[in-house]
Amino acid sequence: MAVGKLKGFSRIARGASTPLLLIALVVLVTVSGTVILPAAKQFALTEMLVMVVIAVGISIFISNTGIISFGHIGFTCLGAYATAWMTCDPMWKSLMLRDLPSFLADSQYPPVLAIVLSGVWAAFIAGIFGATIVRLSGIAAAIATFAFLIIVSSVYSNWSDLTAGTSSVINIPTFITPPIAACFAAAAIVIGYLFRASRIGLMLRASSDDVIAAHASAIPVLRLRLLAMVLSAFVAGSGGAIYAHFVGILSPDNFYLGMTFTTLAMVVIGGIGSLSGAVVGVIVVTIIVQVLRLFETGVLLGSVAIKLPNGSQEVGLAIAWILFLIFRPRGILGGVELCLPARVWARRQILDSQLVSAADTPRS
Amino acid sequence: MGLGKVGLYERRWAGGMSYFLQVAIDALSLGSLYALAALGLGLIFSILRLINFAHGDFITIGAYSLIVPSASATAAFFIGAWHWYAIVPAVCIVVAMFALLADNLVFRWVREATPTTLLTASFGVSYLIQNSVLLIYGARPKAIDLWPVLNSQLSVTGFRIPLLQIVTILTTLALVTVLTLFLKFTSLGVQMRAAASDFAMARYLGVRADRVIALAFGLSGVLAAVVSLLFATQTGSLSFNMGVPIALFAFVATVVGGLGSLEGSVLGGFAVGITMTLLQALLPVSLRPFRDAFAFGLILLLLIFRPSGLIRASALVDRV
Repeated sequence: MAVGKLKGFSRIARGASTPLLLIALVVLVTVSGTVILPAAKQFALTEMLVMVVIAVGISIFISNTGIISFGHIGFTCLGAYATAWMTCDPMWKSLMLRDLPSFLADSQYPPVLAIVLSGVWAAFIAGIFGATIVRLSGIAAAIATFAFLIIVSSVYSNWSDLTAGTSSVINIPTFITPPIAACFAAAAIVIGYLFRASRIGLMLRASSDDVIAAHASAIPVLRLRLLAMVLSAFVAGSGGAIYAHFVGILSPDNFYLGMTFTTLAMVVIGGIGSLSGAVVGVIVVTIIVQVLRLFETGVLLGSVAIKLPNGSQEVGLAIAWILFLIFRPRGILGGVELCLPARVWARRQILDSQLVSAADTPRS
Repeated sequence: MGLGKVGLYERRWAGGMSYFLQVAIDALSLGSLYALAALGLGLIFSILRLINFAHGDFITIGAYSLIVPSASATAAFFIGAWHWYAIVPAVCIVVAMFALLADNLVFRWVREATPTTLLTASFGVSYLIQNSVLLIYGARPKAIDLWPVLNSQLSVTGFRIPLLQIVTILTTLALVTVLTLFLKFTSLGVQMRAAASDFAMARYLGVRADRVIALAFGLSGVLAAVVSLLFATQTGSLSFNMGVPIALFAFVATVVGGLGSLEGSVLGGFAVGITMTLLQALLPVSLRPFRDAFAFGLILLLLIFRPSGLIRASALVDRV
């Protein structure tokens, strides 16, 4: 019995190593990036960390339910504008955003509270919209998420008195630096991990493997999917809010097919089935994009100057996406989580069980 | 994003009967474009379970093939300078080649994947084509003047119809008829329908898979080419993502009509065109900018109540 307990403990400990490893990875990249990169280039580092939050948000839904979503950037858009409504200067809001209700128009909220509330707002909308989407499966669900993205984009582009439309929301307070962004990324990873490791996460993944068997095992698939949608919208929406406080300026065009493509590329390239895949994907895609951007500005290799035309970055990313889908469709990590190698724990286990039996022997 | 000519209707409110006719013709011609695009999507989907998100970019390619590749602000005609009966086949061939190329380079290698992965792959192809066009031709929209004759108005017993709308409707009718005859009465056509209803069974019975798939991509390319010519004539400008809105609505049309059903695609195309035109005509002015949001909201509602569309394709029902 005691051994069984220990085995159970070591399995949990091994699983818990996943978020710790991922956070360690994020911290490592942040620290090394801060040291290596010149101050002018550090925005790329911050952007990457913000993308970790958004990608983890998307992955909470996709990796657990197995439904691909093209609509999550809609939630990111909702979150980003919500924080702008809460934190911008009331003077400016009264001029440009005339349709805001007074509790938003006349006051300014502390940014961190605003980020959380923005996530809640995105989650609220996800609760309404998700109730329709979770009923569908496969291709119909994918199309419905697309419809959601288009609806959000269309409303936010055209409702100028709420979003300043194409003339952009400006002067959002910016305070996101690499360490702060890393903290948010770590928080997102913990949320993603806890959900995945929970009973609900397990039931959802079971339902994504075989939905009929899951129904037969009395798993309330629709309700759980909705829960995943709401939680992932919370994280993706907060990610949007953090993004807003990072760039300081918002236009509805930021949150359409372009960002959908980039974030999905991260999730797909990293490995669609796992949380670790999303985090690794963000780092890998950022590196690909930054290297291509470097070549766009021109690089000297030996005596040969190489300069790629503008737009090579997007083309390169699209080619990487296609190559991954063809040659490694389950992504870099192939759907598994990063965790400490099993052997370390196995050895500990044997050691532990020996200790236990040693402790037990004299008494018996 | 929308295609309709805003502001046209206000002037015609007073017209009564002629206003009604104008709206009807607008609806039919917009529906024709969507129907052609949806048919192109449906042909590929029914056989491969691939929702080809890049279909809109095939339309873009068709339009850009008219001009000389360059990043300069003004467009010089290349194929577009030829006589119309040379332009049409040339553009069709170019787009069909690109469609076949996309299949050979990308889609062929993910044949066994789930429909969702296929959609993801085509999303990648779409992004690749858009940014390649951006890279070669530059980001600025280019003005072109293809077939100015078609933009004149036809005067029939007191009210005027843009000639282009008539041509669009007639072309669509002709193409749908020809395609129907082809699918019903030729050996290849029958093979295609067999493949669409049950691809595995069709292959057991000796239908050559590669030939049928190539034909589907080729036909889909030709349909995209026709849409690109009609659309470029209507808007008079080219931009790197010009095909995306048409593809999105065509996408919707295939879902509305019932994924996997070709008749459904055509019907769905007209349904979407008519809905969009009616929304444009009937929504109060303040809500008109949100037309697309309303349209896609209706799609969501439809998906909830009839997840398999208006016409249910039997091949798509999951069996346990």
